[in-house]
Amino acid sequence: MRSSRTTALAVAGVLSIGLLASCSSDDADGTGEGGKVKITVAGLLPTADDAAKEQLAERVAAFEEEHPDIDVETEDYEWKASTFTTQLAGGTLPNVFEIPLTDGKTLIENGQLADIDAQVRALPYGDDFNEALLANGTGDDGKVYAVPAKSIYAVALHYNRNLFEQAGLDPDQPPTTWDEVREYAKQIHDATGVAGYATMALDNAGGWQLAAGANSRGGVIETFDGEQYTATLDDPAVAEHLQWLHDLKWEDGSLLDRTDLGWGDINTEFAAGNLAMYTSGSDVYNSLVEANGVTADWGYGLTAIPTSGDGGALTGGTMAAVTKQSTDEQKDAAVKWIDWWYLSKLQDQDQAVADARTRAEADPAQAVGTPVLPIFSKENYEQSLEWVADYVNVPLEDMTGYTDVMFDQELVPEASAAVQDLYAQLFPVVQAVISDEDADVDALLATANEAAQQAIDG
Amino acid sequence: MTTADAVRTDRPPALARRERARTPATWVRRGGLSSLVLALPLLLVFGIFSWWPIVQAVVMSVQETNLIDPPTFVGLENFLTIFADPLLPTVVRNTAWFALLALVFGYPVPLVGAVLMSELRRRKGLYSVLAYLPVVVPPVVAVLLWKFFYDPRPEGVFNTILGAVGLGPYSWLNDQAMAMPALVLEATWAAAGGTVIIYLAALIGVPSELYDAAEVDGASVWRKVWHVTMPHLRGVLFITLILQVIGTAQVFLEPFLFTNGGPNHATLTVMLWVYQLAFTSIGNSFGEATALSLLLAAFLAVMSLVYFRLTRSWSQS
Repeated sequence: MRSSRTTALAVAGVLSIGLLASCSSDDADGTGEGGKVKITVAGLLPTADDAAKEQLAERVAAFEEEHPDIDVETEDYEWKASTFTTQLAGGTLPNVFEIPLTDGKTLIENGQLADIDAQVRALPYGDDFNEALLANGTGDDGKVYAVPAKSIYAVALHYNRNLFEQAGLDPDQPPTTWDEVREYAKQIHDATGVAGYATMALDNAGGWQLAAGANSRGGVIETFDGEQYTATLDDPAVAEHLQWLHDLKWEDGSLLDRTDLGWGDINTEFAAGNLAMYTSGSDVYNSLVEANGVTADWGYGLTAIPTSGDGGALTGGTMAAVTKQSTDEQKDAAVKWIDWWYLSKLQDQDQAVADARTRAEADPAQAVGTPVLPIFSKENYEQSLEWVADYVNVPLEDMTGYTDVMFDQELVPEASAAVQDLYAQLFPVVQAVISDEDADVDALLATANEAAQQAIDG
Repeated sequence: MTTADAVRTDRPPALARRERARTPATWVRRGGLSSLVLALPLLLVFGIFSWWPIVQAVVMSVQETNLIDPPTFVGLENFLTIFADPLLPTVVRNTAWFALLALVFGYPVPLVGAVLMSELRRRKGLYSVLAYLPVVVPPVVAVLLWKFFYDPRPEGVFNTILGAVGLGPYSWLNDQAMAMPALVLEATWAAAGGTVIIYLAALIGVPSELYDAAEVDGASVWRKVWHVTMPHLRGVLFITLILQVIGTAQVFLEPFLFTNGGPNHATLTVMLWVYQLAFTSIGNSFGEATALSLLLAAFLAVMSLVYFRLTRSWSQS
């Protein structure tokens, strides 16, 4: 009796201590083995295939050889508002992470990014950035908190050349107006039974693509008079694009009947041959190869987004930033990695060739040469393409609809203030139009605009 | 008796103090310490994983944070923002709609199933396993499976089946009116098995003599169920009802995985909105999310109290 009670007490005590001990944290002081600086960096999409992972691993190994005092660990990464905030809250973001170009200002204002001004300015090309792009990562204090990286793109129209052929359309003559897109979509649907067109409608991606449609028709979703930002979700061009989607769905039956397609889902459906045309960033081919198994002979076609009036192509892109919790040593190492992985291949011939070679020689090969917009200058971009000319493996001849006009087309920057909130207000309207034939677009947009203005006013 | 004596003897406060001072020792001698040490692991687990987060939630509901720097106090601003948000009526309505649908369709299904199964003479075990099977399927897998069933194309599983009898094709999750009932259907399928088992267990406790007596009296099956089975299930029925209401008010998984609140907010529930406020805005809505979840918790607590008050007299049978 006596002893069993003592045992129970001892067990209980040990349990409590163990529990307390397990609640204390360790690690995360930033130094790895042997005094090395350890940084974690955003790697590939979680869906990336083995070839892409091998290519990244090779680049990491080469970096560590060059910088023996730095230990780099990659983490799968996909920018989603939800996972990003969760990681931010949990303190589990990698030291180097990627954000959409347009979120830079908000994150800087919120005090959520590390100041990497000194390190970036010290890069050999620190003063050569396209100023308009770098402005997205610069705070009101003039300091750099994030740099344009990976790819800067314009929204373009992606299409399935095989479906064009099956419907008796010439894949070398892609549509150039929205009316033509509608016509082609119907023809493809009638001939093949496959949806002729699809749009992202889930989460902010849905709002993003609606904005792209509106921009192409000469509308904007936000104006700035020098002092005050005004939400203009009720711009006639927004309603016009929604009406166009409405007609595809309810009159032609050629729109993919899905209100739950996000950025990745629509790529998957496209790669599976379930839709013929959709709009997304001009660089999405990289991801189609990396995550969806699309190859150069798949039948992929890329052309400019149709524009009318003074409309243009919505631009966007990715910036690399560093977590605020990083130590000074980690910040130095982080910018070195940003230079190595994202930027030096645009500035240094050896780096460009090394990167292109590992991508092209991966099995299956990763895309080299997907058209994007220049981070530095047009000359620099063309120069870097020349360096890797031997390794370019994307079907450039099937992308001329885009590459012929990419430097001449009108470009529209994304809204500056609270852009994610604007998108969040817009996507339910896209869903409404797809799911309800009698949706009152004007009323929905009026409500959305009110909420968007509140978000801007903060 | 001197004054000093009187003072000394008539000092009950001091005496009480001395007794109080001995109390902890008495408490230890009576085994209080051992009980405390025994309870400690449990107290710590509850404290760290249940009570401390609740305290933190209350604190966070009056703060604004960028999730990195120390938060700032903003008073009731988060609550006011929530009340002013035009989405609030929508999410409350949606949640109530889900709860109502789940009550009308989901609540009777396991009961009917359990009563029918208890009437079976043979292969009772087999049917229990069949009924329980969906519960074993991981919820995320179940949702993905049903998403596949709900494929809006005419070739989709449900559309093919319904097409055979000349119905459809339906848009299911892509239709504002149909999305919520579609969610409830899956949720009912997924959860009914567990409730069936609870009812079956309760039914075992019904003395068989009562059925025999009823049969001797010439009672029909329906009368047996109504007059013998149901009274014995009453207590369990009350509990499953309140659990169901609390559960449906907090529904998250189905709308999150099926539709993420769409189309056009038709399936946006309170908990999903909490999640979206907290995690899908890069702004500073964390405080609003905690404020909203506190409001929901308070509402459910009050409702449970009222419910137990109302039903106390009935369930004491």
